Amino acid sequence: MNRSDLEALAQRELQRQQAFRCRILCCASTPCLSSGATAVYDAINAAIKEGELDAEVQAVSTGCMGPCSRGPMVTVQVKDEGEFIYEHVSPEVGRQLVTYHARSAASPAEELPEPLRTRLLPSDMPFFAKQKKVVLSNSGLIDPERLEDYVARGGYAALAHALREMTPEEVCREIINSGLRGRGGAGYPTGLKWDMVRKARGDKKYVIANGDEGDPGAYMDRTLMESDPHRVLEGMAIAGYAVGADQGYIYVRGEYPIAAKRLERAIRTAERRGLLGSRILDSNFNFRIDVRIGAGAFVCGEETALMASIMGRRGQPTPRPPYPAQSGLWGKPTLINNVETFGNIAPIIQNGAEWFASIGTAKSKGTKIFALAGKVATTGLIEVPMGITLREIVYDIGGGIPNDLAFKAAQTGGPSGGCIPAQYLDTPVDYESLKALGSIMGSGGLIIMDEHSCMVDVAKFFMEFCMDESCGKCVPCRVGTVQMHRLLERITDGSATLQDLETLKELCVMVKETSLCGLGQSAPNPVLSTIQYFLDEYEAHIRERRCPAGVCTLEKTPVTEWVHA
Amino acid sequence: MSVKTSPPPRARPQAAREHPSGDPRFNLIDRTLKRFSYQQDALIEVLHTAQETFGFLSDDLLIYVARQLKLPLSWVYGVATFYHFFTLKPQGKHTCIVCMGTACYVKRAAEIVAALQQAFHVEPGGTTADGLLSLSTARCLGSCGLAPVLVLDGEVLGRETPESTLERVRQLLLTERSEAAPSANGDAVHVTNGGIHEPI
Ligand SMILES: Cc1cc2nc3c(=O)[nH]c(=O)nc-3n(C[C@H](O)[C@H](O)[C@H](O)COP(=O)(O)O)c2cc1C
Ligand code: SF4
Ligand code: SF4
Ligand code: FES
Ligand code: FES
Repeated sequence: MNRSDLEALAQRELQRQQAFRCRILCCASTPCLSSGATAVYDAINAAIKEGELDAEVQAVSTGCMGPCSRGPMVTVQVKDEGEFIYEHVSPEVGRQLVTYHARSAASPAEELPEPLRTRLLPSDMPFFAKQKKVVLSNSGLIDPERLEDYVARGGYAALAHALREMTPEEVCREIINSGLRGRGGAGYPTGLKWDMVRKARGDKKYVIANGDEGDPGAYMDRTLMESDPHRVLEGMAIAGYAVGADQGYIYVRGEYPIAAKRLERAIRTAERRGLLGSRILDSNFNFRIDVRIGAGAFVCGEETALMASIMGRRGQPTPRPPYPAQSGLWGKPTLINNVETFGNIAPIIQNGAEWFASIGTAKSKGTKIFALAGKVATTGLIEVPMGITLREIVYDIGGGIPNDLAFKAAQTGGPSGGCIPAQYLDTPVDYESLKALGSIMGSGGLIIMDEHSCMVDVAKFFMEFCMDESCGKCVPCRVGTVQMHRLLERITDGSATLQDLETLKELCVMVKETSLCGLGQSAPNPVLSTIQYFLDEYEAHIRERRCPAGVCTLEKTPVTEWVHA
Repeated sequence: MSVKTSPPPRARPQAAREHPSGDPRFNLIDRTLKRFSYQQDALIEVLHTAQETFGFLSDDLLIYVARQLKLPLSWVYGVATFYHFFTLKPQGKHTCIVCMGTACYVKRAAEIVAALQQAFHVEPGGTTADGLLSLSTARCLGSCGLAPVLVLDGEVLGRETPESTLERVRQLLLTERSEAAPSANGDAVHVTNGGIHEPI
């Protein structure tokens, strides 16, 4: 396949789609599937068949549309009339959608027949209006299993452009100019990393996409891989061209079998069409991608551990330097980026660095995907421009806290991050601002907590996670996390003294300073940030032996009390 | 049992490396070994196949894999025990995995685990004495929008409560008990601790 074949394929598919009066897009991503989306899709297909509407109505099974807690979600695209987005669609409602939209001309939303009217989401709903979809621009609109759907929306055009019109150096420069920073957590400038690998000497180089998504409570990467797999593959191929690699690996978390399967299938389809493999798009560029499946270890998200895991070993980090850019997989220069980072590449090449740099703040460009969860009315997956305030995310997009409860804190960055209390709701969400507050951007987990969440218990939850996940290679982390967890346990069961709180703070600093890898270095963050903003809760547990949120049962007595008694 | 009366084992046309037990499931492992040309780097892939096929990694399996890849057994054991996904114990006939990721934790998933623990006398990571139910916890199943989430025999269920979960598991075990006598053999080809894992 060459560039004009690609364009012809896109045209053919567009014509095919435009032949339908009405396209019914049914979310088939995991959250909606567990709300019964399969039955809805089947009912819609049956209704199309029964009504002999095959020529006018098309049912498409798509990826995530965003408001997962309102699933099963269905979007109806009607020619010349626009889009109708429905929530909580049952099989029966699905049938009615078919008969209504296939026949009736546009009527104002208020005049829709029941039960469609109550399920229709207003077109100006802030949940959608405040988002900006760059990486997720196809998610929920295409069938992730069909290459044609992706190509019809401009897929692989960026790769074709890069291969024909740009040198590897120019590609790196474009990414540098865009200001894109890594979406895996640390926010290292992506272009600089690419240029480093490009300049590194080596007969063989590798590109790795990190799809390990370790943050427990987040599913951005999963959704991207499941809803638009070709987007990630195209980004990886462009990276391969830019750094001079001919082999890529995509490391998928073991808990995500559907993502792995879709990626495998997408790779095979792209190879068959000459968009991956050898002589891509009739150029001299060869690039193969293999899927590697993780086996359930959080630390394997760390880059050196991940590479050990790809090489079939225990996933234990190694000291850096040497950085992967110099010596990575099998000692060769290796580029490793998060899958969401790769998801940004094709739009940047296609629309230019300036376009990308116009989104966001001075130092944080583009958008970020967050998995909005916890105590907020609409939970789901959102993509917002950098610099949006937390308040807009929680109250406009998320629809506020249910049951009229008060917002207490937002947790970002998972076990490596921290909490942001209510007084900072107006902080812009970007790398620097979140860091200044003692949290991090992280990979995109965003958990909202209300008055009924105990912040000490939250700290204990994350410490337990780090303790379980410590790989055990270095002592500060292996032993320190256990000790810190024990101290937190004492605080929450009522047996702690104020001295324990001091010890806890000291340990936090020690573990942070002396651990080998990011897991240990950041494990104290949730504790430090909750102590910073919610010291009163710690003190209430210790001095008054009372949990202000009513979560902990403090039934034990401090040792010192009965010594003095 | 008399050895004399049994016919001599017939020499079957078989691959040179076939497992001496003749268990055909080893062929699946051999296929993965071949796909990766017996490279030692493919250890994790081979263990994935082994666990998918047998349900858990028995000592025998680990020894087999170590021999085939010419790796020290300690190396194979070290890798198998490092990753949470691999289990060295047989699993129950049914599995219930409760998500204990942050979103589910905030929505009180711990109460679901406690309820199951109490009702069925099983610890997380363990299996009931009759071999019917394995309970385990996971760190985020990637459906946080529907927290609390659990996976019961491969089916992802959202917005659960302790009551609804107990009811589901009870129903499941009830049909089981009325159908057949429980078999505690752990080698059923079944979802393992990753739960939603299925062969690619
Ligand atoms: C303990 C630990 C866990 C990590 N988990 C992930 C992860 O799940 N996904 C990810 O993309 N990066 C993770 N990282 C960051 C990676 O090491 C690496 O920095 C990142 O993949 C680089 O990609 P980026 O520059 O595109 O962000 C983790 C780091 C540490 C220390
Ligand atoms: S001393 Fe113990 S922990 Fe250390 S390498 Fe030897 S056996 Fe392992
Ligand atoms: S900091 Fe923790 S996870 Fe990292 S190498 Fe040390 S023990 Fe392992
Ligand atoms: S999974 Fe259907 S909207 Fe997210
Ligand atoms: S935290 Fe339970 S599904 Fe993500």
